[in-house]
Amino acid sequence: MSKIKFATVWLAGCSGCHMSFLDLDEWLIELAEYVEVVYSPVGSDLKEYPEGVDVCLVEGGVANEDNLELIHLIRKRTKTLVSFGDCAVTANVPAMRNMLGGSEPVLRRGYLELADETPQLPYAPGIVPELLDRVLPVHEVVPVDIYMPGCPPDAHRIKATIEPLLKGEKPKMEGRDMIKFG
Amino acid sequence: MSVRTLTIDGQPVAIAEGATILEAAKEAGIHIPTLCFLEGVSAVAACRMCLVEVEGISKLLPACVTQVAEEMVVHTNTPKLQEYRRMTVELLFAEGNHVCSICVANGNCELQDAAIKVGMDHTRFPYRFPNRSVDVSHPQFGIDHNRCILCTRCVRVCDEIEGAHVWDVAQRGTAAYIVSGLNQPWGEVDACTSCGKCVDACPTGAIFRKGTTTAEKQRDRAKLEFLVNAREKHEWTR
Repeated sequence: MSKIKFATVWLAGCSGCHMSFLDLDEWLIELAEYVEVVYSPVGSDLKEYPEGVDVCLVEGGVANEDNLELIHLIRKRTKTLVSFGDCAVTANVPAMRNMLGGSEPVLRRGYLELADETPQLPYAPGIVPELLDRVLPVHEVVPVDIYMPGCPPDAHRIKATIEPLLKGEKPKMEGRDMIKFG
Repeated sequence: MSVRTLTIDGQPVAIAEGATILEAAKEAGIHIPTLCFLEGVSAVAACRMCLVEVEGISKLLPACVTQVAEEMVVHTNTPKLQEYRRMTVELLFAEGNHVCSICVANGNCELQDAAIKVGMDHTRFPYRFPNRSVDVSHPQFGIDHNRCILCTRCVRVCDEIEGAHVWDVAQRGTAAYIVSGLNQPWGEVDACTSCGKCVDACPTGAIFRKGTTTAEKQRDRAKLEFLVNAREKHEWTR
């Protein structure tokens, strides 16, 4: 049996979901028998999101132009897109800036008003991605196949979600065991 | 006292005239999900979680305020109702700023429980991200309007059980919010007795005790029922 092309992506999040993924401990070795990790901040060193990915876990909300470009690419090149954790599912903590009226007041506060010396707004086109005015959950930008809420989803829930996917089945996201916010 | 007979989910039920569908269902051991309903205070049908289908009526009716009628045929768990209940919960999440991961009631929240029960793993509605305030002017308590679902349990508990009537609803529609006193900071409202019943009544983390951190909020929900029982039935122990 050929291996499943597996990717994990880190958008605007704290990496907590990826840490939780690493909490799978020994099961990661078992997982490695079924999957080929083709893109992941914790599992490979590839910079380009490849074609023909079978399963991709997306952590984080869509907060800047890089995130936006990447999520469209991911959707185009991925069979099963999993919204991985609260930031991807609800936009969660990164979206708390949405209540403050867009990116401008937040940047102002962070880089000008609270700066000790040389206050300036970050501006480096092509290097520092521009913030979007609103942080969005992944499914408000592209269609999502499976939602795995939780901040972060714990390791056993990640395993329970991935395991059926390895057999080409869809996990049942039902009940307190599989749905948890925060 | 005359009795009404009706059918709920195919089960015959007999109950006193004037009872609600919710009471009749409870009597028959049929669970109808609720959110704004609170035992011991008046029902207001604010959240629409308890919607039921009544044969012959095209509208869905809230079970908590709809009185039973003779030969009424009620359905409480049809696919249509399940769909509407899920939509209700999704709308509640999309309407406010429910950041569960930083909420005092995380893991101990009736809105979360409702989401799990109706199978909500995400909301299909775009989040509004309204700009709402937090009032921590009271020495013991705080209210975070971001987490408020306007169930008005606090309003009713304070008015009907404590008799202080500190809380009310101001404005209309999306601008509606809970006010204390005459729209004063909570800490400046003389009528507040600091009894904490509103904290016990709140289904989410909107009203909390100061110093409570993420996932720490604990309520004594049975206290409210005990107080009502004590007053009405003179049962002074629990």
